[in-house]
Amino acid sequence: MSDFPFLDVVIFIPLAGALALGFVPKGRDDLLRWGALAVTLIAFVVSLGVLFNFDMHDAGFQLGSKASWIPDWGVTYSTGIDGISLWMIMLTTFLMPLGVLASWTITSRLKPYFIFLLALETGMLGVFASLDMFLFYLFWEVTLIPMYFLIGMWGYGNRIYAAMKFFLFTLVGSLLMLVAILFLYFAAKGGPTFDYTKLLTLDLATGTQRWLFLAFFASFAVKVPLVPLHTWLPDAHTEAPTAGSVMLAGVMLKMGAYGLIRFGIPLFPEAAKEFAPIIMGLAIVGIIYGALVAAMQKDLKRLIAYSSVAHLGFVILGIFVGTVQGMSGGILQMVNHGLSTGALFLLVGALYDRRHTRLIADYGGIAATVPIFAGLFLFVALSSLGLPGLNGFVGEFLVLLGTFFSYRWWVIPAAFGIILAAVYLLWAYQRVFHGPITVEENRSIPDLNWREVAMLAPLVALIVFIGVYPKPFLERIEPAATKVVQQLNGGSTTTGDQAEAP
Amino acid sequence: MPAFDAPHVELAGIAPELALAVAALFILVFHAIVGDKLPSWYLPGLSTLGLGVSLFLAVGVWGEHELQLGGMVALDGFATFSKVALAVFGLLSVWLARDYLVREEIEEVEFYALVLFAIAGMMLMVDAADLIMMFIALETFSLALYVLVGYKRDSLISQESSMKYFLLGAFSSTFFLLGIALAYGATGTTHLYPGGDPTTGILGFLISNPASDAALLVVATGLLIVGLGFKVAAVPFHMWTPDAYQGAPSPVTGFMAAGSKLAGFAALIRLLDTALFPLRWDWRPLLLGIAVATMLVGSVLAVVQEDVKRLLAYSSIAHAGFVLIGLIPATDLSVSGALFYLATYGITVLGAFAVVSAISERGERRVRLNDYKGLFYENPLMAGALTLFLLSLAGVPLTVGFVGKVVVFGPAIDAGYLWLVVVAMVASAIAAFFYLRVMVVMYMQEPDEGHAPARVGGLATGVIALTAVATIFFGLYWTPLIEAAEKAKFFANL
Repeated sequence: MSDFPFLDVVIFIPLAGALALGFVPKGRDDLLRWGALAVTLIAFVVSLGVLFNFDMHDAGFQLGSKASWIPDWGVTYSTGIDGISLWMIMLTTFLMPLGVLASWTITSRLKPYFIFLLALETGMLGVFASLDMFLFYLFWEVTLIPMYFLIGMWGYGNRIYAAMKFFLFTLVGSLLMLVAILFLYFAAKGGPTFDYTKLLTLDLATGTQRWLFLAFFASFAVKVPLVPLHTWLPDAHTEAPTAGSVMLAGVMLKMGAYGLIRFGIPLFPEAAKEFAPIIMGLAIVGIIYGALVAAMQKDLKRLIAYSSVAHLGFVILGIFVGTVQGMSGGILQMVNHGLSTGALFLLVGALYDRRHTRLIADYGGIAATVPIFAGLFLFVALSSLGLPGLNGFVGEFLVLLGTFFSYRWWVIPAAFGIILAAVYLLWAYQRVFHGPITVEENRSIPDLNWREVAMLAPLVALIVFIGVYPKPFLERIEPAATKVVQQLNGGSTTTGDQAEAP
Repeated sequence: MPAFDAPHVELAGIAPELALAVAALFILVFHAIVGDKLPSWYLPGLSTLGLGVSLFLAVGVWGEHELQLGGMVALDGFATFSKVALAVFGLLSVWLARDYLVREEIEEVEFYALVLFAIAGMMLMVDAADLIMMFIALETFSLALYVLVGYKRDSLISQESSMKYFLLGAFSSTFFLLGIALAYGATGTTHLYPGGDPTTGILGFLISNPASDAALLVVATGLLIVGLGFKVAAVPFHMWTPDAYQGAPSPVTGFMAAGSKLAGFAALIRLLDTALFPLRWDWRPLLLGIAVATMLVGSVLAVVQEDVKRLLAYSSIAHAGFVLIGLIPATDLSVSGALFYLATYGITVLGAFAVVSAISERGERRVRLNDYKGLFYENPLMAGALTLFLLSLAGVPLTVGFVGKVVVFGPAIDAGYLWLVVVAMVASAIAAFFYLRVMVVMYMQEPDEGHAPARVGGLATGVIALTAVATIFFGLYWTPLIEAAEKAKFFANL
């Protein structure tokens, strides 16, 4: 059973499903919906095979395959995962069925919609599993196109502007990365190669590393996004359809952070170490700035978008502090952010479906009309702001702990960011759900239906599970995280690697 | 007593050209005899036959390397690869043009004959190993194209663009001719290669003489670059491109973009990367300047275009800049990359113009960007195909355009032109904007009422399908094409 190529199959199931959906005859909207749901569920089930066959004691790459593709240029189809990519893949396959469920309310042009959504899933999974730079770049760029169409065709008011901005921002970064990849290809020892594991043995001069790192960083920092490259994000998140926002926040932002962990640090460790303080500075700025701007937003989706900037700041901080706790926390926080922010976008999407407005001012006091909704919103908001016992706390605590070991004073502004998170989330909750009902329509909003409960229940369960018992996650992350931290520190882990994770 | 030395005549090198010329003449004569008694499909039929024979003859000499016709023509892998590509472009153009000509009711025998003559000229261009031969080839296909551009006789814009193309083309030809004269003055020969004797030919001259003797040849090189730069639409010799592309019948535009560019570049590559290779320190700065200007000007000006054909014209200028990057390092790898790029760009751009031609309606009334509003809802397959071609032109992965970028930019990086590639990336990012603009219009805006759904002919549909499949297939699996391009060596390699 374990010989079954779970990983490669799970990557291409959505693509095959997308092709199959292309043959659904006109007017069979239900078939499209259920078909897309079935495909994403099958992908999730197969990805469980990946999870169960994953050997947590192995810090190397596993479960992958390798095949020659373009021999003249040394391009291979080469996949494999470690404890970091494992959770990214699980997150993707887990969120995708929920995204499909959230798309039930979409009524126009369903066929291209689901085809794009499924193609997007294959692209994202491929990004996390590729061990060949060429293959990685293919998947990386390919995710742009479905998302571009999802935002541009099914988005809200300002969708075209948002789609364009999203595409161009990411493209500029990617093109610089392509230059760096081609440079690496020719610089490789023993003949040109795109093979990631071979490129790891490169011993580049620090000066060269610096430029290459910056080229990769340009691509990843736009995606994460780090301040000041974040300006595409509020537009894209706000205008995207609900499933698009969930995927964008839940998975695509992680592609940037993942890229830094997988490529930025191991390929150019000296440059990464050199730039670490600057990047951490940007991360801290992102935490504070994102939180402050989020608090000022009038639009719920925009608020969540800016909260993503703040949360991803934590992730980047954890990645670059150079301790295992920080790195593990950062990676776990990637998963947490995917769950919490994904849930928030789903909730806001559900609210929008009912009232067709996302403005906070249009609500107020609706906790009385939609009690289940309000309860869930509060729960998810609490997880997002890091309430102990829920998932966000574990990740943020580990990041702060890791930061404390190596950069003691940086903890203060970072922790301040958590307080700000409580401010903007709870304040928004208060303005939307409490107080007097000021708008008449708000008296008759229907509460969540079975479909919406079904798509939120798995998220809630996981939020609690990680909050109470993060061990299964952390023990798989740690070997791989330790390896990357060693690379960042030039071969050794610094202080604090003995401390136990909670 | 010296034995009679019969001149050695080998025609294998120009057999494809001869086949085309014969086919063209045959069509003209046949039509004169038969007249309108036969249904007119025999015109594209015979053209296809001629092109098929030509393709067959070109493929047949794959792998041979020799000089023929007294050193005037090089029979080598480079020429063969280019000729095969040109024959394919010719086939696609003829099929595409057939539907167009029927729709516009201007189908006449001369059109097919001119296309065949043009391809013959282009083929001669890519195997010419002598400057005079190159000039003859240049004039042959240029004259045919001048007429083809103005083929819509009742359309003012077509006439105007033809005139403009002709005047500027003639102007640039004189530069080329002057370049030949100076080269002859400097070296005493117009042959490019040494042939059997290492002291003959321009290359022989450069190898066996001190650099100080080459001063006049440097000037000649500059003039030759001007002449060919015009054909490939490099800045600052690009002024004719938008007008000619806009005014010409769409299939002719596609043919011009694919064929003319390949022929011009092939000649330029042969000239600079082999014969004038020893002068690379002199022509490289010039080419660098032209490449940067071409990429940036093409991309930036395309952004503000409102006419799809003009937009594609500026995009073709930008692409000329990208190909120039392949010429500059002058390594084996970069030359094969440039060849690959030219072949695949030709297929993609032919596909794009096939879609433009198919949905433009009678009289080409529907070519403005605004006319493409909501095309996806009206004709999803056409919109999808155009999207594919545009993504390929933008260099997005999974399409052959991306591979082209990799195989051209990679060798340039390897040769140390990192900054040049970064400039190219900036240009690509700007270019992406206007390709996206077309997609915005097609997908994200509501269709205007009043457009009758475009009736696309079977042949045009076939061309679109073929080019679309090639765009994806070679984007995913480019081994066969890149292998062929890498094996397409020059007669004389340095």
